[in-house]
Parts: sequence; structure tokens; C-alpha cells
Amino acid sequence: MASVQQSALSEFWDNLRGVPRRLYEVTFRNGVPKTDRTRSTFIFGNVFLHLHSVRTHLWSLRWSTTAGLGIITTAAFLITVITGVLLMFYYKPYTDVAYQSIKDIHFVVPTGRFIRNIHRWAANVMVVAVILHMARAFYTAAYRKPREFNWLIGWGLLVVTLALSFTGYLLPWDQLAYWAITIGANIAQSPREITDAIGITAWFDIGGLQRELLLGSDKVGEEALIRFYLLHVMILPIAICMLMAVHFWRIRKDGGLARPADADERVASERAQSYPVFTEQPEKTYQLAALVKGKTSAVGKGPENTLPSMPHLFYAELAVLMLTVLICLALAFVSDAPLKELANPLVPENPAKAPWYFLGLQEIVSFSAFTGGIGIPMLCIIGLGLIPFLDRETAGTGEWFGGPGGWKLVRWSILFGFSSSILVEAFAIRFGWLREWFPSVPQLVITLINPGTVLTGIFAVYSIWLVRRYNSTRAGALGLFTCFLCGFIVLTVIGTYFRGPNWDFYWSPSQWQAH
Amino acid sequence: MTTKPGNEVSRFDPEPIPRRDFLGLAAIATTAVTFLFSLFGMLKLPKAAVSASPAKKFNVTLPDALAAGEAYVPPGRNVAVFRDADGVFAISTVCTHLGCIVKTSKEGFDCPCHGSGFAADGTVRKGPAPKPLPWIKVTKSGSAYVVDEENTVPAGTKV
Repeated sequence: MASVQQSALSEFWDNLRGVPRRLYEVTFRNGVPKTDRTRSTFIFGNVFLHLHSVRTHLWSLRWSTTAGLGIITTAAFLITVITGVLLMFYYKPYTDVAYQSIKDIHFVVPTGRFIRNIHRWAANVMVVAVILHMARAFYTAAYRKPREFNWLIGWGLLVVTLALSFTGYLLPWDQLAYWAITIGANIAQSPREITDAIGITAWFDIGGLQRELLLGSDKVGEEALIRFYLLHVMILPIAICMLMAVHFWRIRKDGGLARPADADERVASERAQSYPVFTEQPEKTYQLAALVKGKTSAVGKGPENTLPSMPHLFYAELAVLMLTVLICLALAFVSDAPLKELANPLVPENPAKAPWYFLGLQEIVSFSAFTGGIGIPMLCIIGLGLIPFLDRETAGTGEWFGGPGGWKLVRWSILFGFSSSILVEAFAIRFGWLREWFPSVPQLVITLINPGTVLTGIFAVYSIWLVRRYNSTRAGALGLFTCFLCGFIVLTVIGTYFRGPNWDFYWSPSQWQAH
Repeated sequence: MTTKPGNEVSRFDPEPIPRRDFLGLAAIATTAVTFLFSLFGMLKLPKAAVSASPAKKFNVTLPDALAAGEAYVPPGRNVAVFRDADGVFAISTVCTHLGCIVKTSKEGFDCPCHGSGFAADGTVRKGPAPKPLPWIKVTKSGSAYVVDEENTVPAGTKV
């Protein structure tokens, strides 16, 4: 009996001594991943890494396939999360102290200004990267079967990214923030333009309800600030994290990134330089055969033309992450995030400009609040979501512009998109619009016929013509998407550089009159 | 499901639902209804019953030197008060387009945000504004005037 007690006690001491070693063993369950097999085990044994496939196709590893844009977006998001949490140490979301706390961050908090600059620049990088990433996915037709669902997830990510930027804009509580959000909230209210025109606002006021839910009051005030803060630091980040996890995991489930049907032949030269797939005998390769797609398991054939994701894909991702950090740090170093005077509800900024990526919107809003702020954006958003369902061709998937003929079409569409948007804008700027010509014209007419809807109509007619001309839905989609991007760029540039006080046209900000 | 002889199930009879399936469906339905109702309940919360904003009714004492057609903007308010031969009237300075504050100008009012212009009586002169600037209700109270931002009056009403 005594000897048993003795051995239990000594076992206890042994266990205690062994804790560090055991802790290491349970944490790194498969030891140092030195072989392809242990590296694979490492990936699918880790909840974060297993969003990746354990092997990556050589085609996906080419820079020209993605240009790393998805990873840039993710990296920029991670940077905003880290810097955002740091900013939350000092930021106070109350109207009487919010502005002061940003000033403290700027002038008093050690490294505060730098951290805020990084946060702001990473947010900008994220918006640019997410738009370019969407363009990449579109131009390589990566939305096609079986990737339609992931296109929709990406579509949601675009919307949430823009919402995150917009909600962050109010928090400094300066003039820029206050008036941008006033305008934004009134855009939410702009369905009244329609309900007023047909006289049903009294019992169906969807616009007023949207504005009230956003602001929690009839003015941009404390309630609005708390709501935007809650959305910015809690609801939207949680939403975006969940969507991101699904987005990454779907890539794996959909068989990796989209690639051309003849990708295997085209990576032959790269395959010659890489080592063989099976450096070890395959183990339990077919156990999941009942669960995976496809008719039969690929017996006698390994995952050819692929490389282990660890390290090949991970090195590429790490390089892009470092590049993004470098870009954000460099921008934050040379350019400060803006902070205007304290918000003044009596005197608007003149001109009151939204963040740059909403200035295209503000440009068409200056023709009609409802059409520019809700009608056309909804049309664009719905149109983007519908792309995979309207173009179901299979030729040219995974190929930039679907091959050489596509690039020629896109070139012409760029020319057409730029020239038509510039012409419509120039006409409206030079000659005005219906209200200036016929002051008594009903509002509903302006809501329906204004430079924004005219441009939308031109693009729609052009892309329908393309579908007929090339007898291909893909041709129409290429034309429409390209025109959409061109219109976005033209309107954004005009809104940013050529609009001054009273939203008048100026060739240069140096001509703005003092106000 | 067993059937007694002489009590055959016709092919037109509905498929009998096994007891477990029924209980399972009932459980799912109950859960769904519960969540739906609690969702409706929660949706009521973000819509404030009382909105936090300053009083919309206030007194104004016009300066004696106020010329006809010249705007007097009470401190901290978004209303322009005028006095002419016919009496006193007030016009809202909140742009009907997207809520910026208009400034008085030679032609009437101009909005700095998207270029809307209004005539001196509030009607739309140019730009994207869908409606004229509303006239605000003014009542006389002794030598002062009471402006009530929550009530509008037809254009041209002067006291």
C-alpha cells in the first residue's frame, strides 16, 4: 500500500516536470512539419490554416492569376483591425468628447497619430483592393460554375467593406464627418422623393424610417454617433469576419482558383522544375471518397500539377502581406489622416465632400437624390450580384478577358465608357439640366430622366448591342462591367477634383472662391 | 405503419406522418415561430419612441434695424426670419435635397453641398432640390414672435 502511494507521488512529480514538454507536444501535435505529409497534417489540423487546401495548383501560384489582390484586401483588413483596436483605447464615442479624443490621439498619445494614419490608409487600400479584386474575378470569369455562390459572398464583402468605411467616417465628429453623414442619412431618406411625388408619404414613409433607424433621432447627434460606432467596431467587423471565412473556405471547396481547361498543359514547363507529387507512399488517400464530388476517386493518379500549399502558397501570401504593410506604413508616414474643425450643425462644409470612393455617388446625387443615392447604386449592386446567373457560358473561364478577342472588346469598351461618361457629364455641366430649362417640370420627371439615368441607359443599350453583335452573353457582361468601372472612375475624378464650393465646376481647386 | 385487414389505405389517402416526424416538425416549427416573434420584438428597439432633439418652438425678437428682405437667423437655429411691409415670416434653411444648410444670397438661398438654388420665397430656382423650402409657422406674442419649426404654413403667410 505504501509503495503504491509512493509511486503515485513520484508519478505526480514526473508529470509536473514533464508539463512544459507535454504542453509543447499537445500544442504542436505532429512535431516540426518537415515533410510534405507532416506539413499537410499541420494544415488540416489547424482551424485557421485549413481554410486553405493542402495542395495548390501551379496555375493559382502564378502572379498573373490573381495579382495577390484578395490577400492584399485581407492584409489591409487585418491591419485595420489591429490599429482599430489600438485606437479604441482612447477614442470616446460621445459628441462632446469624440473630437477631443481624436485630437488627443493625434497630438498626445504616443504613436497615436501614426496608428490613426495607418488605420485610415489601410482602410483606403482595402477599398481599392476589394474593387480591383472584384474586377480580377470578373475579367477572369471566376464567377462561373461552380463558383457562383462564392461570387455572391464576395459581393457581400464588397458591400460590408464600403459600409465599414462609411461608418468610420463619422467617428472623428469633425465638419467633414458631420456633413458627410447628414448627406448619407438624407440619401437613406430619399425614397421620399418618389413617395412624395405620388403622394403616399403620409402612410408609407420607407425613406423616413430608414433615416430614423440609422440616426436614432431626426438629426445627426449622439444617437447617430453611438449607432455608427456600434456598427463600425462590432456588427460589421463580425459580419465581415464570417463572410471572409466562408469566402476563403469556398475557394478550397470549389476546387481552388478558377483556371483554364488547358491549365495542366500550360503549366508543364513549371512542373518540370518542381519535384514529384509523391515523395512518400500515399496513405489513406481514398477514405473520404464517399463524401467528395466526382464519379470515381482518382486511382493511380496523384494531384499532379500541384505543389504543397506549405510552404509555396504561404510564402507568396506572406510576401503580399509584407508588401501591404509596407504600402500602408509608407503612406501613413508621408500623409496625415485629415481632421477638420469641430462639427458645426449650423454651417456646412463648402464643399461638403464624402470619402473619395463615394464622390462618384455624390456626383450623381447632385442630379437627383433618389436616383443617384439609391436607384442607380441598387441597380449596380443587383447587377453585380446577377452576373454569374446571366452569363453561364463556359468558354474562356480562368482566362484574362476570355482570351485575345476579349481584350480587344474590353479596349473598345474602355474607350466607349470613358467617352460617354465624360460627354454626358460635360453636357450637364455646360448646359444644366431640365430644372434650369423648364423650372416647372415635375420632380418625378427629373428623378427618372437625369444625367445618371441617361448614362445608365447608354451603357445598357451598348451592352445589349454587344450581346447581339457577338452573339455572346459574356461579351455583353464584359462591356457593361467595363463601362461601369469607367463611369465610376470618371464620376469619382470629377467629384474629387473638379467640384468646388456650391458643387460648381472648377478646373482646379486653386480657383475656388473664398467662402 | 401497419393497417388492419379490412382497413386498407387507399392510394388517394395522404401519406401518414410517423409520430416522430410529427414531433420533430412541431419542434422545428415552435422554434422558428419563437425566433421570429423575438426578432420582431427586437426590431422595435432601434426605433426610438422619443427622439432626442432640442425644442422646436422658440421665441424670436427681431432687431429693429432689420431691413425688408434681409434675413435674420436666430442663433443656433436653421430658420431665416424676414420682415417686410406685409408682416413677419420664416423660411426653413434646411435644403430639401439632402439636408445641408442653405445660405442667403442675392437671388434667395443657395446650398453649398450640391448646388441647389432657391428664390427668395423658397421655390426651387436650380439644382437637384425636389421641393421648395418650407415656410415655418410664426405667431405673434407681444413684441416677440414664436417660431414653431414643427409646423409649416402655405408660402406667402405673413403675420
